[in-house]
Amino acid sequence: MTIISTIKPQKPWLATPKQRLATGSTILVATLATYVLVAITPLKGKLAYFGCFLIIFIVMDFTIHFASRGLSAAKDATARAIVTFGVGLAVLPMVSILVTVFNRGRRGLHWGLFTHDMKMNSVSDPINQGGLLHALTGTVILVVIALVISLPIGVLTALYLTEIKGRFANPIRFLVQAMSGVPSIVAGLFILSAIVYPLTKSYSGLVGSLALSILMIPTIARTSEEVLLLIPNDLREAGVALGGTQWRTVAMVVVPAAKTGLVTAVILGIARIAGETAPIVLLTGGGESVNGNPFSGPMGSLPFYIWKAFSVGSEESITRAWAGIFVLLGIVLVLFVSARFLSERKTSR
Amino acid sequence: MSQILEQSTAPLPEKRQLTTVPRFSDRVFRGVVTGGGLSSLVILGLIFSFLAYQGFSVLRSQGLHFITGSTWAIAQDDAGNIIASQTKFGIAAMLIGTILCSIIAVVIAVPISVLSALFLNFYAPPTLKKIMVAVIDLMAAFPSILFGLWGFFVLMPSVEYWAKLLHKYFGFIPFFKMEVPVFTRSPFVAGVVLAVMIIPIITSVSREIFSQTPLDRIQAAYALGANRWGMIKAVALPYGRSGVVGGAMLGLGRAMGETVAVYTVLNIVYQVNWHVLLGAGGNVASMILLKFGDAGPDEIKALMAAGLVLFLLTLIVNSMANFIVKRTGKSGR
Repeated sequence: MTIISTIKPQKPWLATPKQRLATGSTILVATLATYVLVAITPLKGKLAYFGCFLIIFIVMDFTIHFASRGLSAAKDATARAIVTFGVGLAVLPMVSILVTVFNRGRRGLHWGLFTHDMKMNSVSDPINQGGLLHALTGTVILVVIALVISLPIGVLTALYLTEIKGRFANPIRFLVQAMSGVPSIVAGLFILSAIVYPLTKSYSGLVGSLALSILMIPTIARTSEEVLLLIPNDLREAGVALGGTQWRTVAMVVVPAAKTGLVTAVILGIARIAGETAPIVLLTGGGESVNGNPFSGPMGSLPFYIWKAFSVGSEESITRAWAGIFVLLGIVLVLFVSARFLSERKTSR
Repeated sequence: MSQILEQSTAPLPEKRQLTTVPRFSDRVFRGVVTGGGLSSLVILGLIFSFLAYQGFSVLRSQGLHFITGSTWAIAQDDAGNIIASQTKFGIAAMLIGTILCSIIAVVIAVPISVLSALFLNFYAPPTLKKIMVAVIDLMAAFPSILFGLWGFFVLMPSVEYWAKLLHKYFGFIPFFKMEVPVFTRSPFVAGVVLAVMIIPIITSVSREIFSQTPLDRIQAAYALGANRWGMIKAVALPYGRSGVVGGAMLGLGRAMGETVAVYTVLNIVYQVNWHVLLGAGGNVASMILLKFGDAGPDEIKALMAAGLVLFLLTLIVNSMANFIVKRTGKSGR
């Protein structure tokens, strides 16, 4: 009689404990060697630590692998080390940005920020006076108007590319790509030349929103196109087979199926324009008090608030600028995380 | 059989009309969607024509000097009237600055991005990959003014130190030479900030391209006994090379049009400056922002023309980039 024994699954490609230990001790030794080297030679500064550690680690790693498994394994190990180092460099600025914004923005935060505007204060006043209520309301108004303009255009473009697939589909895809590369200042100049100088002749929130929607349309169009492409063709065929016209199929089947994805597109579009500064500086005039009317009068906004506080350059105003950045970054983070959350749920279902 | 047919007395239902002509509602739908789809064409066309219309007089009076000249001077007589014949608008200095800053950015960003893309595709465990992709995408969504402030307060001191090192050890290279040692707010600093801004873009394009590497070729390489680096060198890099070039150009286009981040870190001086470490320079976009505040009607027209040049420049770079990326994605090589 044979006893059936279950074989434990083997994963020979994973690092063995011994290899892990070797890597760990290499890092440790390299760190120690770096400290010693920086201490005894005239090298100094963060760059020296960084460079020394990198060189020492790569040399050690190379030697160990060369001794145990030969040249090609040693090259492989070096490549791994360099690639890991590269991704570290890519993420380092991001970490630094988040830490900086948190540390510096924290000092300028207080509850009055969300209940006061700057009507009675200048940016150089003590930090606990005044606030950015006008900027918040302004940003919300600007974003909502831009969204109202660009959502239909963006979604229609995406529908044209995925549902109609007309003669111009390829050129239009190309143009949408090109449009997403239009510099924000050019969008501002365009609105200035097409609307402000010939028609309105004054700054207002509306013209700012128009410039923002130029930047928002490509984001919405591209994201929605990707989402609509994911909708299985079976759904469209089922809709048509049930006797629906194309209009009914798109409106009742395709778009509802892509709803979450379209919301993601909108969120990403908002995140794209919420912090856009150059056209805002050119167009909105940046008021100091809450202005609920987008059609007349200067309209404040978060980027403008930060911009102005930074330009003044006194200690208080810079604290204000960082507080503004903190709020702005918070908004962007919330938007981004919710977009991720929605699209995650969509794909995992 | 035939009897039964004859016997049925009830009137036959009317024949349903079969047609391939779309209904009225569909025709309206298709019209509206096509109209919406053409909007990007219309908007781009409008941008071009309005900027050209506003800048036309300046472009005509300055001619080629607008691109090649590097003086920006408005001559006024005693009464404050503008003398048209002596007024010179030339954006060459700023164009050179634009190209210089964005090339520095690309040179720094491309190696880092390619390494990150390789790590994400071929080295990272799935969980780490997911997190890193989200983090890098998030970085692409950061507002540019944030990069500007961070660059000014946090990055600049370090970069100045790097610039001093470069000057000390590589000063013999013409670009790194300088007569007056002013390291603050130089094009090099702007280039580094721009590099940080375009790393996410180049990384995500390269990652997409590398992830399209045909699996059979990867496995063939492994089957022939290649280790991971051997596989990357023999399969992934040759496959993704032109896609990476496209991604780099996409980053270049973004860096060329960047306004606020450059404005905050760069000391904008209207002169041709090839010495990237010297604290003076500029780019077209930030110059527009700088000069706009107190510009007279003539100068505004010149700024519009400068905007037109910038628009065309970024449009060309972006289109070429998209073309290259798309071609790589299609061909299996």
